[in-house]
Amino acid sequence: MPPANAPVTDPDELRRRTQALLAEHDPAVTEPLDFLRARYDAGLAWVHFPHGHGGLDAPRALQAVVDAELAAAGAPDNDPGRNGIGLGMAAPTILRYGTEEQKDRFLRPLWTGEEVWCQLFSEPGAGSDLAALATRAVRDGDSWVVDGQKVWTSSAHNARWAILIARTDPDVPKHRGITYFVCDMTDPGVEVRPLRQITGEAEFNEVFLTGVRIPDAHRLGAVGEGWKVAQTTLNNERVAIGGQRMPRESGMVGKVAATWRERPELRTHGLHQRLLSGWVGAEVARLTGERLRQQLTAGHPGPEGAGMKLAFARLAQELSGLEVELLGEEGLSYDDWTLRRPEAVDFTGREAGYRYLRAKGNSIEGGTSEILRNIIAERVLGLPAEPRTDKDLPWKELAR
Amino acid sequence: MTDLLYSEIEEELRASVRALLTDRCPHENTLGRCETGEPYDRGLWQTLARDLGTASLAVPEEAGGAGASVREAAVVLEELGRASAPTPYLGSAVLATTALLALEGTDGDSGDSGAGEASKLLASLAAGERTAALAVPLSVMPGAGTFPSAVRADSAGTLTGTVTSVADATAADVLIVPAEGRDGPGLYAVETTAAALAVVPRTSLDLTRPVADVTLTGTAARRLAGAEQAPAALERALLTGAGLLASEQLGIAEWCLTATVAHLKDRRQFGRQLGSFQALKHRLADLWLEVVGARAAARYAADTLATGDPDAPVAVAVAASHCGELAVRAAEECVQLHGGIGMTWEHPAHLYLKRAKADQIALGTPDRHRAALAALVDLPAPVG
Repeated sequence: MPPANAPVTDPDELRRRTQALLAEHDPAVTEPLDFLRARYDAGLAWVHFPHGHGGLDAPRALQAVVDAELAAAGAPDNDPGRNGIGLGMAAPTILRYGTEEQKDRFLRPLWTGEEVWCQLFSEPGAGSDLAALATRAVRDGDSWVVDGQKVWTSSAHNARWAILIARTDPDVPKHRGITYFVCDMTDPGVEVRPLRQITGEAEFNEVFLTGVRIPDAHRLGAVGEGWKVAQTTLNNERVAIGGQRMPRESGMVGKVAATWRERPELRTHGLHQRLLSGWVGAEVARLTGERLRQQLTAGHPGPEGAGMKLAFARLAQELSGLEVELLGEEGLSYDDWTLRRPEAVDFTGREAGYRYLRAKGNSIEGGTSEILRNIIAERVLGLPAEPRTDKDLPWKELAR
Repeated sequence: MTDLLYSEIEEELRASVRALLTDRCPHENTLGRCETGEPYDRGLWQTLARDLGTASLAVPEEAGGAGASVREAAVVLEELGRASAPTPYLGSAVLATTALLALEGTDGDSGDSGAGEASKLLASLAAGERTAALAVPLSVMPGAGTFPSAVRADSAGTLTGTVTSVADATAADVLIVPAEGRDGPGLYAVETTAAALAVVPRTSLDLTRPVADVTLTGTAARRLAGAEQAPAALERALLTGAGLLASEQLGIAEWCLTATVAHLKDRRQFGRQLGSFQALKHRLADLWLEVVGARAAARYAADTLATGDPDAPVAVAVAASHCGELAVRAAEECVQLHGGIGMTWEHPAHLYLKRAKADQIALGTPDRHRAALAALVDLPAPVG
């Protein structure tokens, strides 16, 4: 017998455990939340996580085995679109840097969706230059007192918790004076205001932090190490944004291709050329993603992931712009400018005008395309960085 | 599931081809050779085809080959593209070999010795004993639907006509010639030593894969296949050629990107490395992304061709469209970002630019492949 906490690497063993879960908690008669908790406790939530934290130390690729069995049995899922920040960014960071107490407290309700998470990183004065952030956290006994303003926070109005980076030492260079926290969004000093965007809706928020008290027990990683911890979060964000598996013609290209097929009277020769180029681009991006997944499954991750988001943004913008133009007179109308607060974003939802406007954000959110090009040029191609004047100066002496 | 990665065997093959080309095919040799009457390096080709066995990769063992697939041949083409190597691999080991291979396992016309001839010829190509070329203009593309009619076969079996811009013809011992006869289209073998045959090299844009005009005037030929098999065999050869050319284009682009990155790290102006300017870095990051896409597209095309996947025509059109444009762009960026040195004959960048530009036309331009795609994936052009 292998030890109880040995990694589970046999797909059949995972199938057996999944069937045992289903036998014990028949989804047809179990409350969805109870089922999800039982699934977590059986280590079948995210199988690559450790024993005791919703996983079985299994290879990540074997998640598909569990998901297929559960889907076939009609089991409820954890509605991952509602808690993308929690699942995609907070969880891997907590797993890597959290204490055992933090993992026990946060991971299970995060995975089941009982507690939604948001991200308090960007600020009005710190976008691409995130490390310049000015939100201050000052030590006061066993806790920290936080004051500042964050922006571009999706789900802040639904979130129970936030991952937060704040400046704890203004006297050292900017990358070294940052600390990473878990912030309670129900604290009375947290004020969330909708931030209306060019689509008319308010998918994001501004978050004002005034005298928010965070217990030191909710710090992730060491004091002053927040920048390093945040890299884990941000690397996972880019994987999450560019990493889904896609069938051919999914996403934006499918929308415009469908309009093209249904509306022969709209076709012009120039748009035909652009459509075919866009179709090829989308198919090449799909194959690139598929190849990247095969590399990951084979245990040889390549640097290709760095480029996926860049390609995705360019295509989404080209194709959505093409569709509005194709629609001609109909393209002059927009479906609805009403300020709404959607729970989950759907880049290919609503109508062509919305898709066109929303796609503009694809090259800004989660690292602008310009920053991503720098990352590829420096980390993948090994080209030198631009000369910089801000790296070694204490944060408080930086020009602002 | 389509395999888009490289197997260990493919990586070993790559390493041995690359080692050979690094040793035997430095740019100065190619530059020295390309204006002589011997643009091809026959010694290198013999080593590559016969000693390394790369001419036999896609040929089954029972037909005298290595029993691998066009996936492996695609890896060889990547390396030949990366080295800008002057060898007749595309014409002989891809186009001619695929056409002959398509005749294997089909029954020749009864009483016709064509199938036996084709098998013998295929075995000699696979063994690297002989070199062949497919006598079609290099610019012809798959899926055209019409059989070439520039050459006529008469009742005595001799051929008359002219085929322009044939790739690798000057390196060939034998030409596989599509011709129209009394009873329809056929494929014929013509020895390049035959009387009444002229193979006249053109002054070619691509210095490392020159094209030539082939003129037959009642030339003796052996019929390999008749109307039953010839059109499908030719189509298979062109589709395979277009799909595998994407791998060569990937190799060209990879060399151009690597050489340009190295130059921008090395070259200093305004007191700093050129590669530290964002205006240049961003161009190379975009190029890298296109190269990454090309690798996936080229692998997909090679894999669908190797496995007989019905998606192969779409895969080839996508790969040809993307990789055909990428190779040119990479070579153009390479020339531009090398500055003045990139404009000199002495620097090898022009070998890649010329190969890339010729490859863009070879076996269908990207635009023509996108037009083919329109029909394949139901995105029809406007009427009128």
